[in-house]
Order: sequence, then C-alpha cells, then structure tokens
Amino acid sequence: MNAIEVQDLRKTFKVQKNREGLKGAFADLFKRQYSEVTAVKDISFKIPEGEICGYIGENGAGKSTTIKMLTGILVPTSGQVSVGGFVPYMEREKFVQNIGVVFGQRSQLWWDIGVIESFQLLRKVYRVSEHDFKKRLDELVERLELQELLNRPVRKLSLGQRMRCELVAALLHNPSILFLDEPTIGLDIVVKSEIRDFLKDTNREHGTTILLTTHDLQDIEALCSRVIMLDDGRIIYDGGLEELKQRWGTGREVQFQFGAATRLAQLVQWTEGMPVTWTAENDLGAKVWIPLELNVSDVLARVVGAADITDIKIIETNTDEIVRSIYQSGSADKPEDKIAALQEEKEAAHV
Amino acid sequence: MSKSLEAGGSQENGKLLLLGAYFDFIRIRFLTMLAYRVNYYSGILIYTLNIGVNYFTWKAIYGGGESLGGFTSAQMTTYVAVSWMARAFYFNNLDREISSDIRDGSIAIQFIRPYNYVLVKMMQGLGEGLFRFLMLMIPGMVVAVLLFPVELPTDPAAWIGFLVMLFFSFLISSQINVITGLSAFFVENNEGVMRMKRVIVDLFSGLIVPISLFPGWLSSVLDVLPFQAITYLPGSVFTGRVQGVGIWNVLGIQVFWFLVLLIPIVWLYYAARKRLFVQGG
Repeated sequence: MNAIEVQDLRKTFKVQKNREGLKGAFADLFKRQYSEVTAVKDISFKIPEGEICGYIGENGAGKSTTIKMLTGILVPTSGQVSVGGFVPYMEREKFVQNIGVVFGQRSQLWWDIGVIESFQLLRKVYRVSEHDFKKRLDELVERLELQELLNRPVRKLSLGQRMRCELVAALLHNPSILFLDEPTIGLDIVVKSEIRDFLKDTNREHGTTILLTTHDLQDIEALCSRVIMLDDGRIIYDGGLEELKQRWGTGREVQFQFGAATRLAQLVQWTEGMPVTWTAENDLGAKVWIPLELNVSDVLARVVGAADITDIKIIETNTDEIVRSIYQSGSADKPEDKIAALQEEKEAAHV
Repeated sequence: MSKSLEAGGSQENGKLLLLGAYFDFIRIRFLTMLAYRVNYYSGILIYTLNIGVNYFTWKAIYGGGESLGGFTSAQMTTYVAVSWMARAFYFNNLDREISSDIRDGSIAIQFIRPYNYVLVKMMQGLGEGLFRFLMLMIPGMVVAVLLFPVELPTDPAAWIGFLVMLFFSFLISSQINVITGLSAFFVENNEGVMRMKRVIVDLFSGLIVPISLFPGWLSSVLDVLPFQAITYLPGSVFTGRVQGVGIWNVLGIQVFWFLVLLIPIVWLYYAARKRLFVQGG
C-alpha cells in the first residue's frame, strides 16, 4: 500500500509584477500585471507505507510547495494527490487527523500558554481520548526527556526544547504519516542527533511513514533509504541514497600543490588519453577529477614523474559534494555526459 | 452491532472534545488578556475621555434646544455613553490578527489542524470580548454614570434586549473584521482596507453621529447596510427610543445581517484556499 501517491502534480502561482519607476508605479495603480510562476512542474512519485523518504533540493526548488500540497494547505493547480487514502485539499478536516506536520521555521504551539496546556488543547482539537492521550504523552515525554519543560510557557523554551515539543505536538494523535519541513534547522549537533534517533524509532515502532525536507544531508544519511531530489520544480533524482552515491561518487579528486608554476595545458598534455578533468586553482595549484575505472596511481605516476610537486591530497567525494554538483548541473543524469560537456566547453575555450 | 455503536459513541465523544477545544480558545484568550490587564486600565480612561469629549460637543450643539433628530439632550448623553461602552465590548483586532497570520505565513499551521480557522478566530474574539466586557465596559460604564448625566433604563426588557443585541453587535462587528482580514489573501497589503474599515464602522454604525442625524439620503442608504446593527440599533433600544415590539424588529435586523454576512465569509474562505500563497516558501 502506498502512503503517498502523486501524479503529474503542478502548482502555479500568480505573482504581482512591479513595474519600474514612478510611471510604472502609477500604471500599477490602475492595471496590475501578473506573471505566472510554476513552483512544481508535473511531478509524480509514490511512497510506500513505512518508508522514510528525504525530499531535497535548493531553496526555491519547490520542496515546501509540494509539502503544502501534500498536507492540504495548498490546492494543486493540476494533477492528482492521494495521501493516506485521502485527497488532502478535499476533505481537509478528516484528512489532517491522520497526519502530523512539523515546520522547522514555524511553531504550532501556542506562544502564551504552557507546554502541557498546548498539548491538552491539541488533544481536544484532534479528538484524542484521555486514556490514549495519557499513554501517548507519557511515552513521548519519556523518550524525549521533556518532564521538566511541561509546565513552562512555550515562549521561554530554547529552540532545541521547542523543537522536541513540536515533535510531540505533531505525534500526539498518532498519525500514520509524518511530514517534516526542515526539522533540524538551526539546532545544535546534540539535539539534531537526538531528533534523528527519535524519528528512526518512531518509524520502526509505529510504522510511521515519514517525508522530510532538509538542507542537512546528514539528516538524509542518518534516516532515509530513499531520496527525491528536486530542481526548479522537477524531480531530477528518485532512488536510493547508496545508488546516488555510487552513480556520482565513483570518482576521486586529487589536489596538487606545485613547487613551480605549471600551466593547465601542460597538465592536460601529461595525462593525454586519460578520461580525467583538470581544473587550475592558480599557477601553483590544480586539481584533477579521476573516474573510478581509472587507477589513481596511474594518473599520479604521469604527473609525479614530470612536475615539481610539494603536496598531494586525495579526496573521496561525500554526499554533500555529490548533491552540490547535482544542484549545479541541474540534472542527476549520468556524470559522464557532464564531463564530456565540460571537456567540450574547455576545448571551445582554447580555440 | 456493538462495534458500530461504539464507533458512533466515540464520534459523539469526538464532537464534544472539539467543542471543548473551541471553549478552550475562549478561556485561553480571556486568561491571556488578564495577564496583560494593565494595558486596560488606560483603556478605561481613554473611553471615558471619548465619552466626555462627545458629551460636551453635543451639549454645545444642543444649546438650549429640546430635541435633535428625535434625540433629547438626555437621550443623546446616554446614547453616547452606551455606544462607546458597547464599542469597548465588540471591538477587537481579528482583522489584524488574521491578516498577519496570512502575511507571515503562519496560516499554514492553522490549515493542518482539524478545526475551522474562522470559528477559532471568532472564539478568540469572544474570549477577548468577555474580558473587555468585565474589565473595560462595566467599570467604564460606572465611571461614565458618575461623571455624566446618563439615564439608565428602568424597563428590564430594555436591559435584556440590550445585552442580547450587544452580543449580536459583537458577532456582526467580528464578521466584518474577519472579512477584512481574509482580504489579505487577495490584496498583497491590506493595511489600507483595514483602516478604511475602521473609519467606516465607527462612522456608519452611528458611534460618532447617530444615524437619524445624517442627511435623509445617507441615512436611507445606511438603513440597508449592516453597520447600523453594530451600534445604532442596540443604542436605540437602550435609550428607550425603541420599545416593545420594536425591540424584536431591530433584533430581527441584527439576526438578518448575522446570517447574510456568513455568506461572504464562507465564500472568501474557500476562494482563498484556492489562491492561497504561503509567504516565505
């Protein structure tokens, strides 16, 4: 059974255009011009029950807009959404009983009242019986160590304390699907890893499906078996994290420091016939990207024999870099294509 | 069989719990206001001052005259005092609260909860209203009665009628606030709309000048607008200008407007969800 099904989902916003200058401002007074911005462009994916899926992308890629459509806050422009068997925006009040949402940048607790009072209010809002509530609250409070915070007003909590309370607030009604929009933003390492552990346990013990957006790839590495990567409103990668790493991480980078000025053309010439890519940092520094099928030592042998080298550093690509390079290229398609394109570009520059 | 009964029972229970939540919104707002009550001591002073200014202005206008637009001088004093004190009760900032929820994007949080946002706002407004009634309107009225020659009605029907109508004043005024607040979905900056609403409500509800003193054409226009139901009609009952069956008629007008104003609210609420643009991504 799929917890989330999305088919050709699209969201278009109408954005007011502001014309320039006094004349433009005056014209705007009488006739507004609008431009259409498509934040999410016909995306499709399915998330099975019990999966933890990471939803990543640069700022403005359309992550939050998708989450807001999946949670019933926004009505899609076109396409189909089904979450937990409901169409989110149609039967909103029934649907939201079944989901939990945490927005890292917005609080869902009431600022002026105590934490426990907020929870009590949510209990009534979500129609949870006193018995279920007590059981669930005890479990969550113990797990997240909130005993001392319960009687404090929300405005007096630190960000880390508040975030743990937000998680409780989102899970009190035991939802089967949990949406997290940047849940670890601004938190310190200790709290971050506490929250990751907690989410993992929740997923394992209750089978909660979790969809989270984040900019912290450690969240993804710690939690997600699957990653959906978004760029400019389109899905550019959907699959396992390991697969992504293998596909993109199959190369290494070697940095050289030279004792004497060494030109890029010279370096390219030394490694002629090898599928490597050189980048010059300055006269005394350069780096080379070597695909996995090629031995690093072969490349090194050619360079070390010819150049005056003061330092060598071999760097294994990590997820951060993989993702950064995908963002930059705007596509998660085969890296070979990109390298070929890069080389063409370089050749063109030399001509 | 027993299972379906149980499910029915728990659903019933669920409705009660939600009702309890709505009452909590009244209670919590009341307690929150109470925590900041010092702000309200100055409110009593300001409202009394407003009554004073209006009282002396009207006294000068009347001079030695007997009656103006159907109001005797004594009735006018009472009308001014009661109108301002009623305002202390029905006035709230729901428009501002709603439009800031919309503009800073925290409306998103409201839509992930299984309750009706507008109803929650109305409940919070009621919590504020009850607080204002007890902490601002009643003490303010006592001060006004001591300072100015206000004539309180002796007929219990006038008192009961007035209190019921005061509640409808609150409903109608809050409904207009909700409509103004929800306009933030459609206008990027609805500051102007909110200010205009405030002036229009104060002027056209008869708070500043009783409607019977407006020129004929304007007062007949105002007769078919909802604003008179906020101040002018309850004030007329309290000053004894409307009595007996007339009370039922003006109450009918209030109920009518309460129902009519539900239409734009429901429409705006659903239209807004279609074009909702949550600020801040």
